[in-house]
Amino acid sequence: MDRILLIGAILSLVGSLGYTLFALGAGNFRPGRFNVVAILVAFALMSAFLYLRGKLEGSCPLNSLFDVLIFQSWSFLLIYLVVGTAYRLSLLGAFTAPLAFLMLLVALVGPLDQTPMARATNAWIETHAALSIVAYGALGLAAVAGIMYLLQERLLKAHKVSSLLYNLPPITDLAAAIVRLLWLGIALLTISFAAGMLSQMAVNQVKYTASLAIWGLYALILVLHKFGFAPPRRLALFTVCGFVLVLVSLPGIQYLSSRP
Amino acid sequence: MNILCAGLNHQNAPIEVREKFAVGQHELAETLDAVRTIDGLSGAVILSTCNRVEFYASSICPVRTIDGLRGLMRDRTGYDAPLYIHDTTRSVQHLFRVASGLDSMVIGETEILGQVKKAYSSAAELGATTRHLNKLFQHAFRVAKHVRTETQITRGSTSVGSVAVDLAGKIFGDLSGKRVMILGAGETSERTARSLVSRGVKAVIVSNRTFDRAARLAEEIGGLAIHFDHWQNAFGDIDILICSTAAPHAIVRHEQLAPMMKARPGRPLFIIDLAVPRDVEAAVNNLDGVFLYDIDSLEGIVRQSIETRRSEVVRCEQMISHHVRSFVNWLRHHHEISRL
Repeated sequence: MDRILLIGAILSLVGSLGYTLFALGAGNFRPGRFNVVAILVAFALMSAFLYLRGKLEGSCPLNSLFDVLIFQSWSFLLIYLVVGTAYRLSLLGAFTAPLAFLMLLVALVGPLDQTPMARATNAWIETHAALSIVAYGALGLAAVAGIMYLLQERLLKAHKVSSLLYNLPPITDLAAAIVRLLWLGIALLTISFAAGMLSQMAVNQVKYTASLAIWGLYALILVLHKFGFAPPRRLALFTVCGFVLVLVSLPGIQYLSSRP
Repeated sequence: MNILCAGLNHQNAPIEVREKFAVGQHELAETLDAVRTIDGLSGAVILSTCNRVEFYASSICPVRTIDGLRGLMRDRTGYDAPLYIHDTTRSVQHLFRVASGLDSMVIGETEILGQVKKAYSSAAELGATTRHLNKLFQHAFRVAKHVRTETQITRGSTSVGSVAVDLAGKIFGDLSGKRVMILGAGETSERTARSLVSRGVKAVIVSNRTFDRAARLAEEIGGLAIHFDHWQNAFGDIDILICSTAAPHAIVRHEQLAPMMKARPGRPLFIIDLAVPRDVEAAVNNLDGVFLYDIDSLEGIVRQSIETRRSEVVRCEQMISHHVRSFVNWLRHHHEISRL
């Protein structure tokens, strides 16, 4: 049953992605209801999956890499539905769907242990883990908005008037969305760290240092922006590079922290 | 039951002729009353815009109705109107084309749909429409929406002014609260500024070598005139710069603009250079947050939009044909259509 829910979510995201690619290819892309509905369906199916998985594991389903990938993918959709629709950045959905789809695909077909793992529950640890992942969802979407900004800015600078230019949001709105998503991400990350401290769990030194470094990196980006050293284009670039750095360094951190 | 269309438009009648036959809003009720006295005619809608005057009628006797319409137009103006007359199928097709903007002077313009809607609602309020006309116009509105949504017939802008407004929208989003500076009070810059003002820009500053001209334009568009020697002082506070001076060399240079942009981080500047020779150095476009468009790039976008719209006409016509068949079939099922 739970596998069917995931496959349903993947199909829904593929539908959104396929529609976007087809419409962009035909030069007739209109962001709107289709992407939002497809993402809503995928979100509902993944929520159902996470609920069932949580029941099986007896805790928030974040006990394996398989769980984390799905939770992360779910958090991308959650942030999109909250932020994307509120700020009318519906095209963000067209960019979010492939990211969520890729994570789900890796979780489902990758060489990962999919067996549910029951863990003793600790509310603070669960809060810490869940909020961290939602925070990375916000930071990931900030990076997506950053890509959109760089794309739109390039089109405007190069005088390339295309379907994409008409459908991408104004660069000023995108810059504002990046800032909001970064603040949201760093706020959630801070609360997550606080929850981690309150849980009094044993912390791996590599993970601890890496987490602090990531927090510091995003705090620095926001400070630079606040004091005028990171105007919108640089901010978008930093946000994209920052998230790529996080993604690239994750396996290394995982490897180092798993060593005795 | 037959649907008829009789009228004249920008394709078959010059403005001197069209203006004679135009039906103003104040004389609509009276004209509709007169139309409804025509033999065989059961209902009518009059569409009168700057580019067309058209009568859409439902009639059981097309020949008498047409004669009656001709006579009515002659009585109103004293002239024989150079009317085109369409039978049911072509009338339906014509209305669908008109509502979709395919029959407009600028293909794909959307203002006409509002005008068709207004013409229909006025006629309906005056009790001049019939079931067939109601069905026809409702169908026309659906067709126009379908054509607009499924094709790129309304895509892009078809004048330098509207391209500038579109681009400004893609840079700033909401234009209300934005400030514009006009350097050189030329005709195109004035039109462009007016387009921006119509979209809600907050303030316009005009600067021209001849101060009187700047003052005149500023007064017309509700702006502020400043002496040409002082334009750089007001530069830090503007979002859009429109240049069209007759200067023989660039007056906005890269090295001059770079420090100004550093002093306003996060605030983009949209420069529209309409002058030939250009007023703004091309290298300015490389500055962070500066978006420079010269007259060639703006006209290139206009050409591209017109080309895109033209290339969509065939698709639109196919969609309209499908809708025409559907409507005429409905009409056939309910009433026999007699041939004109």
